[in-house]
Amino acid sequence: MKLTLRVWRQKNADADGAMSTYEVDGISSDMSFLEMLDTLNEELILRGEDPVAFDHDCREGICGACSLVINGDAHGPERTTTCQLHMRSFKDGDTIDIEPWRASAFPVIKDLVVDRSAFDRIIQAGGYITAPTGAAPEAHATPVPKPDADFAFEHAECIGCGACVAACPNGAAMLFTSAKINHLNVLPQGAPERETRVLDMVAQMDDEGFGGCTLTGECATACPKGIPLVSITSMNKEWLRATRKVKR
Amino acid sequence: MTYTDYLTGEPVVDSKAPQGPVNERWDKRRFEAKLVNPANRRKHTVIVVGTGLAGGSAGATLAEQGYHVVQFCYQDSPRRAHSIAAQGGINAAKNYRNDGDSVHRLFYDTVKGGDFRARESNVHRLAQISVEIIDQCVAQGVPFAREYGGLLDTRSFGGVQVSRTFYARGQTGQQLLLGAYQALSRQIAAGNVEMHPRTEMLDLIVIDGRARGIVARDLITGKIDTYFADAVVLASGGYGNVFYLSTNAMNSNATAVWRAHRRGAYFANPCFTQIHPTCIPRTGDHQSKLTLMSESLRNDGRIWVPKAKGDDRPANKIPEDERDYYLERIYPSFGNLVPRDIASRAAKNVCDEGRGVGPGGQGVYLDFADAIKRMGRKAVEAKYGNLFDMYQRITDEDPYQVPMRIYPAVHYTMGGLWVDYDLQTTVPGLFAIGEANFSDHGANRLGASALMQGLADGYFVLPATINDYLAKNPHQDKVTAEHPVVQEVLAETEDRINLLLSVDGDRTPDSFHREVGELMWEFCGMARSDSGLRKALERIPQIREEFWRRIKVPGTGEEFNQSLEKANRVVDYLELAELMCLDALHRSESCGGHFREESQTPDGEAARRDDEFTYAAAWEFTGTGEAPTLHKEDLVFEYVHPTQRSYA
Amino acid sequence: MARTVWDSSVGKKTVMAVSGLIMLSYLVVHMMGNLKIFFGAGEFNEYAHWLRTVGEPFMHYEWTLWLVRIVLVVAVVAHGVSAYQLSRRDIKARPSKYVHKKPRASYATRTMRWGGIILALFIVWHILDLTTGTVHSGGFQEGRPYQNVVDTFSTWYGNVIYIVAVLAVGMHIRHGFWSAAQTLGAGSRTRDRALKTVANVLALLLTCGFLAVPVGVMTGVVS
Repeated sequence: MKLTLRVWRQKNADADGAMSTYEVDGISSDMSFLEMLDTLNEELILRGEDPVAFDHDCREGICGACSLVINGDAHGPERTTTCQLHMRSFKDGDTIDIEPWRASAFPVIKDLVVDRSAFDRIIQAGGYITAPTGAAPEAHATPVPKPDADFAFEHAECIGCGACVAACPNGAAMLFTSAKINHLNVLPQGAPERETRVLDMVAQMDDEGFGGCTLTGECATACPKGIPLVSITSMNKEWLRATRKVKR
Repeated sequence: MTYTDYLTGEPVVDSKAPQGPVNERWDKRRFEAKLVNPANRRKHTVIVVGTGLAGGSAGATLAEQGYHVVQFCYQDSPRRAHSIAAQGGINAAKNYRNDGDSVHRLFYDTVKGGDFRARESNVHRLAQISVEIIDQCVAQGVPFAREYGGLLDTRSFGGVQVSRTFYARGQTGQQLLLGAYQALSRQIAAGNVEMHPRTEMLDLIVIDGRARGIVARDLITGKIDTYFADAVVLASGGYGNVFYLSTNAMNSNATAVWRAHRRGAYFANPCFTQIHPTCIPRTGDHQSKLTLMSESLRNDGRIWVPKAKGDDRPANKIPEDERDYYLERIYPSFGNLVPRDIASRAAKNVCDEGRGVGPGGQGVYLDFADAIKRMGRKAVEAKYGNLFDMYQRITDEDPYQVPMRIYPAVHYTMGGLWVDYDLQTTVPGLFAIGEANFSDHGANRLGASALMQGLADGYFVLPATINDYLAKNPHQDKVTAEHPVVQEVLAETEDRINLLLSVDGDRTPDSFHREVGELMWEFCGMARSDSGLRKALERIPQIREEFWRRIKVPGTGEEFNQSLEKANRVVDYLELAELMCLDALHRSESCGGHFREESQTPDGEAARRDDEFTYAAAWEFTGTGEAPTLHKEDLVFEYVHPTQRSYA
Repeated sequence: MARTVWDSSVGKKTVMAVSGLIMLSYLVVHMMGNLKIFFGAGEFNEYAHWLRTVGEPFMHYEWTLWLVRIVLVVAVVAHGVSAYQLSRRDIKARPSKYVHKKPRASYATRTMRWGGIILALFIVWHILDLTTGTVHSGGFQEGRPYQNVVDTFSTWYGNVIYIVAVLAVGMHIRHGFWSAAQTLGAGSRTRDRALKTVANVLALLLTCGFLAVPVGVMTGVVS
């Protein structure tokens, strides 16, 4: 396959960026999208040019590092992570636009690499259960109904890649935040901090400069792990419940 | 003197392991270890490198205890450490199934699974702690799979006959890591952990024989800085990426452990590499990494190849009586659930015979047709759905219709920095936990045991033992950036980075990585021989020499520069590879994941040579390309008597 | 609690949802009242007069009406201010657009902001036209709403403005009702289809109901 790539190049956080065009040839349909970019980068290095910077690590769809907007879609045309996208999803002669996540809470570091530390700070605000090591009761002391355990798991699957923010026209982090809140709030172990967790995490989300939710559903469509839009609804419910219960 | 003319030095002795009955040793050690007064803990700074299961749990726990923790990871967030990719599960001797499991059985299985090359005291401690890990993780909200009654579900895993593996669908590592990450996040928010993401350790600072800090590079600004502490904990993972293609994350690397080794920490059993039997075969030269399919698939999938050589009919067209279910044939009692090393080697053997399937004949079938017939498609989907989806996404083949194709790939490294019972390396004040140490797995790790070991080290072992070191060294002199040793280490690091940037040759870092990786896979992979290893040992210094002549790293050191990061990691692979080959050469027996062609039984099984090799080989660095010194730690087996492993 | 709600993006969305639902219920009543026009001038004018005497003798003349008006003004202002502030926040959160653009979401979803502005302008015109009579075409007659309505819909621009606004109302409700349910935490996986159906039915009913009046005047059914 021969492809034309239009890639967002930006030297650093302060520099202005622009799309640059590159031709790549000899692309196999079995390659992953990132292997295609590896091929481009090997050529760029040998030509003495700066290779394209992009985040990636596990390349099996679980670490959440990879983060490209491909032809306007976060993670590209398939519902998966960029690293699990294969070139068989494209045709010979295609022109592919590659851009970084765009949101003011995710400033660009270089080229396609963005700073997602805002997500870490949302978790730090309350996305945990306070259970100091060694203090845990016997695991079977508190049974968890299977539907609750499954519900928790479904939301715990979030890989924190930020595709939801990238896809949202408002740059909102509602889906990410709701996934963690729903995971922990449904479990009996998470109950003692149920109210403070949702209030603190939502407040932190606002402080980070993410937009608000207009329920366009773009986040859930882009989510490689299939976190559903209704997750946001559950969080809203938790939030309203918490504002009633907690006097602040 | 050539590299292979290594000298054998004094034996290395684990001075911390207590004597007495094996099941009392951990309690005894914890009682004997000195404690640090809680009020004094905040005066101590501990550096933790890495935020995986071991590092994340250690950082969180040490901070909870009151220590000031300074933690590093090269990823943009501590949540992305490669522990996240572990699929199958975590072992624990809970015996919830009432199927005869016990701490002693887990201990026994692990020692035996490791082919009698692990320390009994350590393994027993691991089995004891396994029980607490599950309690801890459940309390943190890890959503393990549950039964309808609300209790935890378990499944069986390769190499054992009880059902002791706790799991969260095919994402157990992710869920456990997020548990540790969340605990760590709580401590970051509380100001007890100073977290440095996107910062990579490049060297270790040893002053007056003690580990006192590290040199690290901020990957965004390129600034190389020094950080000081009273103790340094390496939780930087394994070194499987030496092989270029492995199931490790692209950026997992050996720099932290290798640099520590160069500064005096012995490196133990570097040749013990685990080749995982169930990975998706490679598709071509563009392949950048290999993807593992959880071993749990072997619970219900049946492995086979055609009986005839060169049979290129599609799998569904090959009749039942022309299929060779070779694992069930050779190992009737364990069948498809034999340990990883055995399953991998068997796959290699049938492929070497010319009976492999798929492109290049480098694959065997993992067939679910029988399971679908027996349990129904729905049940198979519920159990393995996400793995099947992943397989289909990568290969474009539907495993519900045609059998999966799998082939072994480098997955885990049992070797690592030598540590004593307290997990302290030979450099006082330097600790290694998780996959970074030479660990409790001997020559082969059982499935679902890596998560167990990482969390045992981080949550329970290190936080207990590091107290002893800090209590005995309470008032260390304050180190500053002006200290001559610090200046020297910093200058060496900067020189190395500058040299990489200044060569301006004509080969990329990746091309060298690939070259050394392919060499290692060929000669130090699933089967090793004297002649092959010698070939590799001859070639590696040549590649290294070429590297420093022809490497091309674009850009500068003062910016985000992924090529520079890569090149610097390859520098260390090119040295570590040599030590791995030497270790493999010197250990002329076969054991666990280390198979020497010269040492096999008449029917082709690995033949251990206990009389000569019942020791851990700890290597001391003497200089790049210089013959290292071997220090042996004799292994004593009082409880599990070495027998030739049999899974037949 | 009020502070928590107003300071949070989720809280402000709640304000929008609640105020939106208040306005929506008003619209339903308003539409039903409008349809009385098909029963002739007498009944329609009488209904209009009754609106001023509701609650008597407990309430004084027009008290109830003013109470409703106050609630509505508060709802409109709360809805508008929240929408304005949230929009500002959203635009700031995504300052640079993607080079490769794609049409996204449904039309109703994408037009919430413009639809809202159109509706705000319409409300002003609508009050000046039929409540105060300031911009009414022809002579506005206090207490003769039937004739006033017929006058308005006898002009082409009266019809155009009204029809555009009613279509905007329909769209706004279609996304707004469902969205409000989500914001208030009333949505769930099993209830989603039902909520979407209710939203569509409400939107359709209100659009048709409101459109019936100008269409009636245009076709001569009402004159």
